[in-house]
Amino acid sequence: MADAKIANGAPPTRWQRFAQAITIPLLAVVLAMLVGAIIIVIAGANPLGGYTAMFRGALGTARGLVRTFEKATPLIFSGLAVAFAFKAGLFNIGAQGQLILGAIAAAYVGFAFEGLPPFVHLPLALAAGMLAGAIWGAIPGALKTFTGAHEVITTIMLNFVAINLTDYLANGPWKDRSPGNIVARTPAILPSAELPSIGVVPLGLLIAIGMAVLAWWVLANTTFGYEIRAVGLNPAAARYAGMSVGRTVIASMAISGLLAGLGGAVETLGIVGRYQPGFNTGLGFDGITIALLAQTSPLGVVPAALLFGVMRAGANQMQLYGVDAEIIGIVQGTMLLFVSAPIIIRKLFRLRAPEGGEEVVLSTGWGSSG
Amino acid sequence: MRAEVVLEVRNITKSFPGVVANDNVSLTLHRGEVLALLGENGAGKSTLMNIIYGLYHPDSGEIIVKGEKVQLGSPREAIEHGIGMVHQHFMLVPVMSVVENVMLGIESTQGPFLDKRAAAEQIRQISEQYGLKVDPYAIVEDLPVGVRQRVEIIKTLYREADILILDEPTAVLTPQEVEELFEIIEALTAQGKSVIFISHKLKEVLRIADRITVLRRGKVVGTVRPEETDEQQLAEMMVGRSVLLRVEKPPREPGMPVLEVDDLWVRDETGHMAVRGVSFRLYAGEILGIAGVQGNGQTELVKALSGLKHAEKGHIRIAGQPVTNLAPRAFYELGLGHVPEDRQHDGLILSLPIKDNIILNTYYKQPYSENMVLKHDVIAETAKRLVEEFDVRTPGIDTRAGALSGGNQQKVIIAREFSRPIRLLYAVQPTRGLDVGSIEYIHRRLVEKRNEGAAVLLVSTELEEILALSDRVAVMYEGQIMDILPVDEATIERLGLLMAGVRDATRTAQTTN
Repeated sequence: MADAKIANGAPPTRWQRFAQAITIPLLAVVLAMLVGAIIIVIAGANPLGGYTAMFRGALGTARGLVRTFEKATPLIFSGLAVAFAFKAGLFNIGAQGQLILGAIAAAYVGFAFEGLPPFVHLPLALAAGMLAGAIWGAIPGALKTFTGAHEVITTIMLNFVAINLTDYLANGPWKDRSPGNIVARTPAILPSAELPSIGVVPLGLLIAIGMAVLAWWVLANTTFGYEIRAVGLNPAAARYAGMSVGRTVIASMAISGLLAGLGGAVETLGIVGRYQPGFNTGLGFDGITIALLAQTSPLGVVPAALLFGVMRAGANQMQLYGVDAEIIGIVQGTMLLFVSAPIIIRKLFRLRAPEGGEEVVLSTGWGSSG
Repeated sequence: MRAEVVLEVRNITKSFPGVVANDNVSLTLHRGEVLALLGENGAGKSTLMNIIYGLYHPDSGEIIVKGEKVQLGSPREAIEHGIGMVHQHFMLVPVMSVVENVMLGIESTQGPFLDKRAAAEQIRQISEQYGLKVDPYAIVEDLPVGVRQRVEIIKTLYREADILILDEPTAVLTPQEVEELFEIIEALTAQGKSVIFISHKLKEVLRIADRITVLRRGKVVGTVRPEETDEQQLAEMMVGRSVLLRVEKPPREPGMPVLEVDDLWVRDETGHMAVRGVSFRLYAGEILGIAGVQGNGQTELVKALSGLKHAEKGHIRIAGQPVTNLAPRAFYELGLGHVPEDRQHDGLILSLPIKDNIILNTYYKQPYSENMVLKHDVIAETAKRLVEEFDVRTPGIDTRAGALSGGNQQKVIIAREFSRPIRLLYAVQPTRGLDVGSIEYIHRRLVEKRNEGAAVLLVSTELEEILALSDRVAVMYEGQIMDILPVDEATIERLGLLMAGVRDATRTAQTTN
């Protein structure tokens, strides 16, 4: 009896870890919808009917499904962008700026390069979006490496620069000069740069899912991914081990920006058809909530973004049913609250903190990330 | 006549998933007594103390404080019963003053304002009563570690504790500070306080304790008085087998110089010149010990010697190759192994599993990866083999490094560094905070490396360790090497003088003649 000392201290299996990882997000979603329901009741409407209308609007018809996919696609990219940076211990608040720069760069290549065949033009426009996003992401990475400026501050600031830069371009040199146009927007992209759909599935969604799988694979199976995880979890030990922390920080921020920029490009080439200020509002910021809901897992980003897509796509139907669409914002905000403060959920449901596996560090203090 | 029993722990059992940390543990503490709790890391000392301090709840058993059976649901309740704890890692707010830290949580107020003066006055009284010299208005981050510890002790006394738990209090102290701490403990017990002194250092326990309770694998092995035991017996009680306290090593056969350092100057974080013109040679097949009081440039020296810090001036060569100010990887590629000073912060990634820590500086090479793709099967196989070979006690290679005991964490680092071809090894404080079993093991491994022909640089603030392992001893003082002595000429007295900055008088006289 006494000899069963170090009995089964075995680390959790893959399935146990998976169950552990999705418990908090699932409960966060359920709780947030409950909170939303309470507010709907207070507002004098029927929550069950409202949510039903939302889900029916988003998933019940082919058109609804298309809308859900279209809404979810850029969110997968921005969620991936934020999640990828998180793995390197970086909080990329700048996905919005990277995304709109990607969007306008893709729009420019889309309308300005005439006479190219689609198989050249479309990839070129996508690449332009990726490049613009990557550069915009690499800047805060470089600033952090060479000057120690915290990426939260610099990415927020660069969002403003990006917004004003794109406004200027869309209202100035790249403005749509066609007769009758008075708003700030670029010309429409040429048909050869359009991103098609395959039935109800936009090609962009497939690219997004492909990128999620690729990001997961790179992080789990490559030396570069290993460096990112090491630097993200303990930069001091990574340095001692001979890794270049600065290079890893810059590279992961560039990739994060690349993913966001690609999201903007896909949005432009697949849905909007041009760059127009205000058409991408909130996509980058929702990426933060989505990344956290996904517990920073690239694969988890896909279902999290699809859920957001459902809410965005079903909002109209909910509104028609008589429930204000603002409820969606409240539900999403509450989700963010619950996933970033998992202790609330653990207390509510008396869950034990997980003991094994990599911990998700959602926020590092100002001084601790050195 | 026995003094009154102030604390009694009866049949405490506490299990965590997979391990019984305390198995039917009982102990008693009398008024005015120092009870040492001795055990290896992972023996259950900290668990037991956390139960007494109300941080953990035992599965079974009871705690009796001054004759009254108590349920300690939180530290607050423990404090109400007069139990205070000084943690190994201090719980102080660095930017606050001593008074503010001491008051924290039980602020005395005048109306809506803090009454710092009253608190400071009370701190002065406590200081005088127990010989705890400290300025109440000093900012904590400006204070040396030894004084910070005093602040922690004052914190518990301010909360009117009469049972003090000191968790590994000497781990962070210099020998002089340890002596000062012992004087404080004696003053405390002389005035009726009782102290539980947690340690794994045999000499200290023998010196300060009235009784010693030894824990092994969660169970009480026995309780002895210092006058009826000795180091050897205590070590055996702790480890459960006979222990070699000395390391045997064959005479040294020095080979080629592996590390050549000439006139090296290095700044510390604050820009102050911490290494000032250090030169030495380290030969294959020898251990060169670097002795010195903590903070005399040893940390900066080793960092510059491994590419982690910029050298302002000077030259470093490894195996004849100039490496001054190259990136750390260049040093590793030339055959450097590094057992860093702060194993948890610099040596391991605690939230990653053992297998990922094993490849931390070889992951980019064959056979662990090919074309940038990690080969998980090879990594797992290697990790399994090394865990076995280096006797890392763990449920498996998927266990997080952070879940291991300090000794086993160090073994993971040793396994990683020793399993690749190295010709040069830096071991900085390699046994700090470890238990006897692990110390013995690590010492043996270091000597083995030396015997295989590696050049070993051992940096330690523990003179005993330096003397036990080194072939030559260098003493650092204020960024300079005072002298390098063959170990048989390095007496404690002589080293002590050099460590204090006094050059050997007779030697200087000889050279000037």
